[in-house]
Amino acid sequence: MPRALAETAALLLLAATLAFAVMRPGGLPEALVAVPAALATVALGILPLADAVDEVRSLGPTVAFLAAVLVLAELCDREGLFEAAGAWMAASSRGRPVALLALVFVVGSAVTAALSLDATVVLLTPVVFATVARLRLRAKPHMYACTHLANSASLLLPVSNLTNLLAFRASGLSFARFGALMALPWLAAIGVEWLVLRRFFTSDLVGRGEAAARPGRRAPRYPVTVICCTLVGFALASTVHLDPAVVAALGAAALAVPALAGRRVRARELGRAVAVPFLLFVVALGVVVRAVSVAGLGSLVTRLVPVGGSLWALLGVAVVAALLANLVNNLPAILLLLPAATVAGPATVLAALIGVNVGPNLTYVGSLATLLWRRVLRERDAEPAIGEFLALGAVTVPAALVAATAALWVMLRVLP
Amino acid sequence: MSSGMRVLVWVVEGTWEGCLAAAVPLLPAGAEITLLHAAPGEVEEVAGGALAGLLGRGRPGPGRDPARRIGALSDAAAGELLEAAAARLGRPARRLLRRGRVERLVVEAAQAADLLVAARDGDRSRLGPASLGPATRFVVDHAPCPVLLVWPDRTPGVESIPPPPPERP
Repeated sequence: MPRALAETAALLLLAATLAFAVMRPGGLPEALVAVPAALATVALGILPLADAVDEVRSLGPTVAFLAAVLVLAELCDREGLFEAAGAWMAASSRGRPVALLALVFVVGSAVTAALSLDATVVLLTPVVFATVARLRLRAKPHMYACTHLANSASLLLPVSNLTNLLAFRASGLSFARFGALMALPWLAAIGVEWLVLRRFFTSDLVGRGEAAARPGRRAPRYPVTVICCTLVGFALASTVHLDPAVVAALGAAALAVPALAGRRVRARELGRAVAVPFLLFVVALGVVVRAVSVAGLGSLVTRLVPVGGSLWALLGVAVVAALLANLVNNLPAILLLLPAATVAGPATVLAALIGVNVGPNLTYVGSLATLLWRRVLRERDAEPAIGEFLALGAVTVPAALVAATAALWVMLRVLP
Repeated sequence: MSSGMRVLVWVVEGTWEGCLAAAVPLLPAGAEITLLHAAPGEVEEVAGGALAGLLGRGRPGPGRDPARRIGALSDAAAGELLEAAAARLGRPARRLLRRGRVERLVVEAAQAADLLVAARDGDRSRLGPASLGPATRFVVDHAPCPVLLVWPDRTPGVESIPPPPPERP
């Protein structure tokens, strides 16, 4: 196939894959278009079969890792961990809204870092809402904090975000070094969020809520212990060249076996938590993006990504990554950026991660495409007032990008 | 039909108790009181949107969709809040629950009222333009009836006024 034609075909396949994932007609799984698109890249000769197999093989462990983390979070929810966190926040805040916001920041950042942003969005956010409602406080600051932290607080560990898992493999960094380098950027991004949200919502952080009784039930110790052991295991696994996905699977099994035996969860529910269609989608998307890179767009991305460890180069990478993430979604964005970023080195990979993880806070749906589509679906007069959320993102995202990237630049100097 | 004054009381989390305590003694005995709570609809939208941002991994099982869970919790909490407000009021009152753009819903409901009661909710540590939150500011600006704006906690004295600038020689 001529080069220009191959390039166009690959881009069309990627566009179809992403458009279907955004629109999800009839709630059908994304893999329905992504998998045929991936097969088509090989069938049309855009991507050599060997490259496709290589991509699938390199994404396999990442996808397994993700599945284990999803199961781990689901089981923590079943064991009452999030309910316990809600009760603890309610009691410790003593009805003071600013204290509650601070506690939401602590819990939201910890859950996102340890159990991934999915856990914060799907499992923690409703619990935070229930807590706020029980205290009779205004929900908006705390809810927006959850949504923002799911993105900004997902910088710390490879498990905190699927984008991190993908970049972690490509970067060649060890689990511990990844965490050590990203600790300060993580804190910087959370700090920016705190300063902005605290001021932005002054008029909603008023009054004193109802007093909440100390929780009668103690926090479930076992799931917390398993998570802590799993996180330590990730760090140790790198040193003995054990795949961290194995550690994640062991952690998931440590929670799953007693839960299944005690009939607190059914195998079918765990199967749903694994999200097999989504895992297929990730692998297929990886293949399609690889085809796009091979067909020629890769050289364009390479030209767009500044090379070097200077603060300006890292900021440039973060900004390009944030823009790309907002255009499509951070998942295809990081897949597109990784080949160029990996060549440039781990510092560039981490700067790109700051961009794709913090950037999505500009909208609350992950990308401009999804935002527009949701607006299209809605009746004109039923449009919710999201102007405030967009204004909040317009303040926090640039500040958090700069603060986190500067922090990364410092860490790269402290830990050369 | 009683011919009493139709009073709409805007009940908001955090300030409702003080608002009722300050305003109720001022209302005439025959007033027809309506308690209104307007929940911000964007909270549910943002929670659902964040799920959409996860692409396919945010497809929880039945009954576990965060936006739906939050919607149900929000309705229940609003009902309980109005219940508590009605109990505190100690007078018969109509209850009105709305969800959507808060400031617009309040102005809309005030069209059928002779008086709107609202609490100040901004930054009360520094009295000035910011001492009204954006929603309250909008309601005060656009209310189609007189507004009784009360302090939900301590009412500041005249000493809260900064001293006049020194006279120029």
